[in-house]
Amino acid sequence: MSNDLTITEKIFSRAAGKPVRAGDFVMASIDTAMTHDITGPLAVEGFYEIMRDEKEKKVWDPEKIIILFDHQVPADSLNAAKNHILLRKFAKEQKIKHFYDLHEGICHQVMPEKGHVLPGQLVVGSDSHTCAYGALGAFGTGIGSTDMAAVFALGKLWFRVPETIRFEVNGKLGDRVYSKDIILKLIGDVGADGARYKACEYGGKAIKALDVSQRMTISNMAIEMGGKAGIIEPDKTTEAYVRQRSKGYKLDKDLKSDKGAEYSEVREYDVSDMPPQVACPHNVDNVVDIGKIEGKKLDQVFLGSCTNGRFEDLKIAAKIMDGRHIAKGIRMIVIPASRAEYMKVLEAGLVEEFMNAGAIVESPCCGPCMGGSFGLLGPGEVGLSTSNRNFKGRQGSPDAFVYLCSPATAAASAIKGKITDPRSV
Amino acid sequence: MPGKSKSSKQMAMGTGKELSRAWKFGDDIDTDAIIPGRFLTINDPNELAKHAFEGVRPDFKPAEGDVVVAGENFGCGSSREHAPLALKGAGIKCIIAKSFARIFFRNSINIGLPMLECKDVGRISDGDILEIEGITIRNLTKNETYSTTPLPGFLREIVESGGLIEYARALVAKKHKGKKHK
Repeated sequence: MSNDLTITEKIFSRAAGKPVRAGDFVMASIDTAMTHDITGPLAVEGFYEIMRDEKEKKVWDPEKIIILFDHQVPADSLNAAKNHILLRKFAKEQKIKHFYDLHEGICHQVMPEKGHVLPGQLVVGSDSHTCAYGALGAFGTGIGSTDMAAVFALGKLWFRVPETIRFEVNGKLGDRVYSKDIILKLIGDVGADGARYKACEYGGKAIKALDVSQRMTISNMAIEMGGKAGIIEPDKTTEAYVRQRSKGYKLDKDLKSDKGAEYSEVREYDVSDMPPQVACPHNVDNVVDIGKIEGKKLDQVFLGSCTNGRFEDLKIAAKIMDGRHIAKGIRMIVIPASRAEYMKVLEAGLVEEFMNAGAIVESPCCGPCMGGSFGLLGPGEVGLSTSNRNFKGRQGSPDAFVYLCSPATAAASAIKGKITDPRSV
Repeated sequence: MPGKSKSSKQMAMGTGKELSRAWKFGDDIDTDAIIPGRFLTINDPNELAKHAFEGVRPDFKPAEGDVVVAGENFGCGSSREHAPLALKGAGIKCIIAKSFARIFFRNSINIGLPMLECKDVGRISDGDILEIEGITIRNLTKNETYSTTPLPGFLREIVESGGLIEYARALVAKKHKGKKHK
């Protein structure tokens, strides 16, 4: 066995305080832990259960825990309000330094945006899309509430160091084709469990060419093929983004997979001629070229989520809509992913554009993506969404149908009232 | 089959072993199917249990000690621990699948809901009566026996200490004791 390591093995070796390889079980030190209003209450309950015989019931490090509300904001039910009260109380009691109430936005946008994620870190979140932080070269991974309870108490958690699948993506994306189309293509190919228990590592010219916003989309959806992380080796683009948030940050040149690193699989792609992609009901891996599904009549278009709710996404959509009104009989919900993104959207005049087009613009939150709040689909309705999941019942009725796509495809489809190739409008 | 779920509560004659009705599902059963998003404000397993598989399988009314049997990638999707909690609350004593999605697997280990990875789940039909002993499954309906893959040692340690809460509790106590001595 060579001494060459994947970036994942390097991160775990540091976090475990000893050299480790894929397949090893470790207790690893956590750099940052994030929890939110849905999975947080159970974590708090578990924490006090762990500490029940301790006199001092203190979390391991109040500066390394981030708590925020994003799934049900403003509180949409009495139970949600009670959960918010519980977490506010916990944050105060434990002197949690970074507690964001309902105003800041979706966790996976706020975390990198506020500088809570650095390349090379081991970051856990009690949310499955925590793999999004791989966009910055961190090993971000989703865990459960009891896991989080243990992290609160110990600052450590058990892991099996994962094998890595390398996705080598080359070529140059065509006009109105984006990173969302790349990741949908990959998921369609490997399937919903093709990367189960594994780290997905994305590289190649097409990935290098992406800005951080588009990288986040790709990393975010690693979980949709079962991945434990969706990591992109940090480069100059990453460094520039991180330096704006974490002064003096310098790129560690060794923070990448070594040349002879062992991969469980290497998959190569050329995306130069790839058309926009759409995931059809009811699985994210049910992916087709847009030509196969064009013309499907829609009831609702949702533009937002941690996958595609950034300023860049909304700008792409607005540009394609180009002052045109959404089609008669359909509704469009636009939700910027965070307060900061909302402000950018506002300043650029996009809120006005969307509203003039007949869309509604909501305050930052998960919105219809979590399917428990608002913007739900009724029985028989068809929704097109820039979010990350289209499971049966995910966005409301189990008898509704959800299609997933890029912001460009969502925008083109909104003005036509049916699934539309963004290159055709 | 309401009658069948009752019979699964019976004990095998003479052995005293619990019999379990199999509730059979397919591949890629996601956590939205196990417990839809609108119920995630509920934290009580017994309350969650009332909504398990609501919308996708309305007849899911297991008796205490029944088992869920599924194909590949069971529990994919969201990290919601409400999913294994809802099944535990519903009285499911064990989940048998060809494979499990990662976070669901972690969550089940952590809350002490046993899982068995079994290649032969295709041979088990909905309503079959199973007897589970350690890591061996006996299908009494079909008169067959299946073996399963044992958990890695590290994870067995967590399960044997009663789940992650108890495991972490012991570690915290150890740390605390260490501090006192210093």
